[in-house]
Amino acid sequence: MADHDTKPTDLGKNRTGVQANPIMSKEMLDNEQAVPSNPRGATAIAMMRAEMSKEAPPVGTMPVPGNVKGMAKTAMKALQGEKATVFLDKLGERLAFERTGTRIYDAIIAKLPASSTGKDSFPSEELRRFRDEEHAHFLLCKQAMEQMGGDPTAVTPCADVTAVASEGLIKVVTDPRSTLTQCLDALLIAELTDNDGWKTLIAMAEALGQDDLAQKFTNALAEEDVHLQSIRSWLAERLEGQLGAKMPSTDFGEPAQPV
Amino acid sequence: MSLDLKSEKGVELGRQEFDWKDIAGRVPYSKLDADAFSRVRVILMNGIESEAIRFSHVLARGSDQGLRRALAEVRRKEHHQQTLVNWLNPADQSALETTIGYEQVAIEVTAHVAQHEPDPYLAQVYRFGLLEDFDHMYRYASLLDRVEGKDANAILQGYTDVQPGRPTVDEHRHPEDDLRRHYDRATAHPLSKLNALTLVGGEYQTHDYYMHVGPFFADPVARQLYAEIASIEEQHVTQYESLADPKESWLEKWLIHEATEVWNYWSCLQTEGDPRLKAVWERFLDYELGHLAAAKAEFQRLENRDPFEVLPATLPDPIKFESHRKFVRETLREIELRASGHDFVPAAQEPERSLQYRARVNASGSPSTIVAEGYAWTPGTELTAGEPSAAVH
Repeated sequence: MADHDTKPTDLGKNRTGVQANPIMSKEMLDNEQAVPSNPRGATAIAMMRAEMSKEAPPVGTMPVPGNVKGMAKTAMKALQGEKATVFLDKLGERLAFERTGTRIYDAIIAKLPASSTGKDSFPSEELRRFRDEEHAHFLLCKQAMEQMGGDPTAVTPCADVTAVASEGLIKVVTDPRSTLTQCLDALLIAELTDNDGWKTLIAMAEALGQDDLAQKFTNALAEEDVHLQSIRSWLAERLEGQLGAKMPSTDFGEPAQPV
Repeated sequence: MSLDLKSEKGVELGRQEFDWKDIAGRVPYSKLDADAFSRVRVILMNGIESEAIRFSHVLARGSDQGLRRALAEVRRKEHHQQTLVNWLNPADQSALETTIGYEQVAIEVTAHVAQHEPDPYLAQVYRFGLLEDFDHMYRYASLLDRVEGKDANAILQGYTDVQPGRPTVDEHRHPEDDLRRHYDRATAHPLSKLNALTLVGGEYQTHDYYMHVGPFFADPVARQLYAEIASIEEQHVTQYESLADPKESWLEKWLIHEATEVWNYWSCLQTEGDPRLKAVWERFLDYELGHLAAAKAEFQRLENRDPFEVLPATLPDPIKFESHRKFVRETLREIELRASGHDFVPAAQEPERSLQYRARVNASGSPSTIVAEGYAWTPGTELTAGEPSAAVH
């Protein structure tokens, strides 16, 4: 358990809102004379963004396969040109996401001894199993990438951009001040994205006639479905406990159906 | 209320010890709960320490082995002090939110300095710089609202206005118009020396911070705004460092650096409400008194003079960390002033060299103008004042 008894939901000294300092905040509003009036002011920012976006090249490109001879023997042979790189880019994204996802689980597992886990102990074994499954999914992606003649150590453009999008998740789960509930919220963002990512990858594999890969990815998705539903339910349980009231069950839609 | 530099010995260097958990394992201040002036003090002291280290390295390059050793010993302590102080900033405070904190330091500390500076010319220099940093706050606050969707006042906590100052687009000057007249080492009030060096430390770290974090932004307006304002911070460093008398010996300057650190930590100690931070300020005040003792010893060894020919026996009143809204608003009357060499003149008399320089750097547009076009601070966000149909796309 933690060495302190402060909870983020305790009433404390939060000073960020105007109501925390109403007199001074009101004085700040005495700015009408000083500020020019232009209700569409942010247009200039949008124009610069548009101009720069037109000029900008992508963040990077796909790597040239290192082993062309080896590649010829692989399933890659069946794919042509750009189709292959689009698939490998997304496969590289999943590979990177699963790798980082494993580390996100590691960080949350490390928090458990210091976390308030309620009357019923938190299903930490299940969390560890999910972590191992993320690890296995990473290895599956690595194997698939090799099978397709790609380099599993390369950072593909989609892998890079998704990693940028995930930076905040890592910050949340590694911050000693974040609670287990807050970490589960971050994990939920990761798992929601992961779930859609696998579905997309399965559909792409099928579209390219990679039925073997599609089947393996579908097995991974089945495990990801369990992750997603479990995290939703752990979050709901923890929030109910903190709220001190039973919440009606929420309909999050149908779980993914195996293809 | 004063601090006697003759009797206060502080902690001797050999007893100034650190370990990694002490340096970097502390719980940072809370972005949400801490008073804004606790953040201001943390940011300011990081700047004061970084100036101490920067100066010490330059001095060491032209020093004998004995002085190099003394500087190296003190510098290692300063480095670990800076690390501890800077690591008090929390991870959930984005680079742009921290930037709002940097500008709050620049505004509120400069405003205090300007009001307490005994030399009228130097006070004018500080008011001149203040109006420029005040404008930077307005530009960054707009960026924070329009790029990250956040309210700068969550950082400022009502203490500091968000309004235009001297427009950043007009702050770009020829380097010759950034240099000021220096104080006279023999006749200047000790406070004038401490004031000038405090602002050098604050502005230098602000320049370095913007140069460091600017490229980490993706938004093209943000990248250009950081570049533009970093250029003004470079001008400010040039301005403030030109206030020191070049006839001060380098060891004299070292003594003033150490006295400035003592004065700043002592100032922090007077007003800090957070007991954890207060303990840091108290400890490092004692450490700095130890550094001052080391500097005094080297000064006596190499210049064979009494350090109190340079240092005051007691320190001037401490910096007041508080809102200077009224003073800043009064100072806004001086927005139209421009620099001409060492002097301040009406805008119509600004030298042609600065006009040409400004026209050149602004030739492809002004990021600071673009970012804040039509921006008015509104509690929460400017979006509360508009209709959804006012979307820009």
